[in-house]
Amino acid sequence: MNVEQRYRRLYKPLVFLASLAPLAWLLCGAFGWFGAGLGADPVKKLEHEFGKTALNFLLLTLLVTPVRNLAGLPHLLRLRRMLGLFAFFYVVLHFTVYLVLDLELNFGTLFADIAKRPYITIGFAGLLLLIPLAVTSTNRMMRRLGRRWQKLHRLIYVIAALGVWHFYWQVKRDVREPLIYVGIVAVLLGYRWVRARAKATSSSGSATVPERT
Amino acid sequence: MTFRTPRIAPSEITPPEVFFNRRTLLAGALAAGASSLLPAAETAPSGAKLQYTRNAQYSVSEAPNKYEEITGYNNYYEFGTDKEDPKANSGSFRPTPWSVAVGGEAGVKGTFTLEDILKPHPLEERIYRFRCVEAWSMVIPWVGFPLSALIERFKPTAKAKYVEFTTLYDPHRMPGQRERVLAWPYVEGLRMDEAMHPLALMVVGLYGQTLPNQDGAPLRLIVPWKYGFKSIKAIVKINFTEKQPNTTWNLSAPQEYGFYANVNPQVDHPRWSQATERHIGAAFLAARRPTLPFNGYAEQVAGLYKGMDLRRYY
Repeated sequence: MNVEQRYRRLYKPLVFLASLAPLAWLLCGAFGWFGAGLGADPVKKLEHEFGKTALNFLLLTLLVTPVRNLAGLPHLLRLRRMLGLFAFFYVVLHFTVYLVLDLELNFGTLFADIAKRPYITIGFAGLLLLIPLAVTSTNRMMRRLGRRWQKLHRLIYVIAALGVWHFYWQVKRDVREPLIYVGIVAVLLGYRWVRARAKATSSSGSATVPERT
Repeated sequence: MTFRTPRIAPSEITPPEVFFNRRTLLAGALAAGASSLLPAAETAPSGAKLQYTRNAQYSVSEAPNKYEEITGYNNYYEFGTDKEDPKANSGSFRPTPWSVAVGGEAGVKGTFTLEDILKPHPLEERIYRFRCVEAWSMVIPWVGFPLSALIERFKPTAKAKYVEFTTLYDPHRMPGQRERVLAWPYVEGLRMDEAMHPLALMVVGLYGQTLPNQDGAPLRLIVPWKYGFKSIKAIVKINFTEKQPNTTWNLSAPQEYGFYANVNPQVDHPRWSQATERHIGAAFLAARRPTLPFNGYAEQVAGLYKGMDLRRYY
């Protein structure tokens, strides 16, 4: 098998199955299989775990480019779309648990929450922004949008920031875990910022004063 | 609201030690013929049985939560910030020997052993609602005695306007205190008239047995009309003060957690609604319920706050 085939026949199916593992584990918990459980408040547990899994997939998606560049693995790009779609998948599950199991389909509360509670406003904005990215993730849409596709998909930076902000703001007091997420997102976005700056200065040539670093 | 006799009396519920050991008991019964020396089961709640009477007048009619819910889902940051942490991290905590220091504006001061504190008070069981500021709720059969009866023994002076409680500070025994997530030790307080209200309860037991560590052993407060964080656990100090005490959550985020912290569906937490709550252990899609003013105890306690702006004094 060449590299292309290895990705198509081996790595992609494996990553796909691994990406379903968090869902499988939570389902085991929900039904009490294999000794798993969701504790005294299964709804909150599901809500939080789906949310955190979504964040993890967002960060994994953002990790593809740096790892690809730094480790010299250009084919890694082939996994990125799937990781991004899994982020969307888990965000949708997170929102569904919130709306159906937590709010019990009380739409009045839903709209009040979105309007009045900043952390929910932020989370909901992140969910809405993910929709166009998921919709335009097909090969056909990529071709059709051309250069605009990449521009559109830079929204992922905003979405990741909204996601960790949403996590940080809903915690009552112990912000240690959300701060770890904030740190990781800062590194992942900082990497891109530094690269973009480096590119800009190198392409503008000697006309500008070199950056001090 | 009125208090009716519970539909399911706690005495009719399988005692937790029997429930949790049903397999062991069954196995024991089967094995009884072969061996009468079967070791005692170790999964049973370790609490000792308490002598108490049931106080139906002060008990709500709802069925209490399961023992495993009340002891497996706790906010007790002294043992960790996750709900499962207190159960997991409090197993080796020894609430004996225990003493309580009483001071401030009181005629009787000093350090009292737990036995001294408890001795004169007959215990009673009260099934109270419990509402957490995080918008979840339970119904819990506590065993304890009125806080007012305890306070009377210390003869607070005319200057005593508030009573302040402090939790044990011992990072060796309470591992959560090694992280400064809150300003340890945990402090809570009540206005004197709140503390003297007959619903305010000093608690030593749960489901007829001594309090498990994760629920605040050996001595905690329960103020059923206030958010749960007011009901301080593992009390080592009682102080009578003229000024309003600086309480832990209030210090940590004053715009989110007030000194009064009365359950109030009309005054939202800045980050979430308090209009409804989710009842732990309720059936699928039937957990969310409207939150009641003063957690359902308005008839008894609303008078304490007559003329006060409850939006300002949240």
